[in-house]
Amino acid sequence: MSNKEHDVTRRQFLNYTLMGVGGFMAAGLLTPMVRFAIDPLLREEKGGKMVDVMAVKDITTEPQRKTFSIDKVDGWHKFKEQKIAYIFKKDNGEIMALSPVCTHLGCTVSWNDDPAHPNQFHCPCHGGRYTKDGINIPGTPPPAPLSVYEMKVKDGRLYLGAEKPRGGA
Amino acid sequence: MLQKVYDYIDERLDITPLWRDLADHEVPEHVNPAYHFSAFVYCFGGLTFFTIVIQILSGMFLTMYYVPDINNAWDSVYYLQNQVAYGQIVRGMHHWGASITIVMVFLHTLRVFFTGAYKKPRELNWIVGVLLFFVILGLGFTGYLLPWDMKALFATKVGLQIAESFPFIGDWIKLLLQGSDIVGAQTLARFFAIHVFFLPALLMGLMAAHFLMIRRQGISGPL
Repeated sequence: MSNKEHDVTRRQFLNYTLMGVGGFMAAGLLTPMVRFAIDPLLREEKGGKMVDVMAVKDITTEPQRKTFSIDKVDGWHKFKEQKIAYIFKKDNGEIMALSPVCTHLGCTVSWNDDPAHPNQFHCPCHGGRYTKDGINIPGTPPPAPLSVYEMKVKDGRLYLGAEKPRGGA
Repeated sequence: MLQKVYDYIDERLDITPLWRDLADHEVPEHVNPAYHFSAFVYCFGGLTFFTIVIQILSGMFLTMYYVPDINNAWDSVYYLQNQVAYGQIVRGMHHWGASITIVMVFLHTLRVFFTGAYKKPRELNWIVGVLLFFVILGLGFTGYLLPWDMKALFATKVGLQIAESFPFIGDWIKLLLQGSDIVGAQTLARFFAIHVFFLPALLMGLMAAHFLMIRRQGISGPL
């Protein structure tokens, strides 16, 4: 067999064959392992269940601190995650549930505990402050408003879901 | 593109002779199944290496989900096998690969024995090979406990009783392996450490010695 009639030399043919077979075997080995390792990336996010927190008729215009727990599944570890919400009726009657996690560095804010600034959310760590609606007050450290819980009202009860961040202001 | 990357590195580091040395290494006729089909018995050493590579790779990936703790070990194995994509396959590779490795080691040993390849000047390589065999058995023994199910627990109890029967120092060996007066939390942690750190390190060192010696001495001649 002469090389003039064939574009592929014997050496090239062997090279391609070996690389093909080797590549096939390596792919067969590695594909399951890589898919196994990147499973968290491709996992579909399950919408958390809404949790019954309080009766709608008990909601006042003054923010009330309510704790509730949601069922978390972390791989083989199932546990209850404690959550806090400040729940109140806005002036227009709309219900609002705020997460007390400060958008600055994640400390827990409290309602109306700073005598110098009444009727605000106040963070003890760096003096961050928010209005009643959770809007960060300019000149204090937080870069964004407090997150808001997803909510629904059913049979006179308030149910809360995941907290949704509001964009920086 | 690849060729350019290769040329760039080769120009600076002269890596071609490194792999050329392996690629141009001639396979003698009497060990090449293309000439004599019965020469396939010479493949068992290479197949052992291949299965060990699979064991190391699949084992590395399994430790991404496995935890060596009595409260979580079984649950983490259950989770990785039933909830994680391809978990059954990756764990299956490690599970079946373990048995296949031992079968391949055994066949390789038989080939070396019956071709008399252990004789002078290759006695040292035979000794390293026997040590490799023990390390691989140790990997099988310590790995068996890790799923932390009933079979694992009782197999380990039996294994440790065998170790205990060793004359004079049996009690110490058992306590050293068990790390406690029962097969429990400390045994699991210890077996995990031995299975993924100590024995694999030993295995790689011994394999390097095994391969360097066969390269230095060449494969034994035809029968």
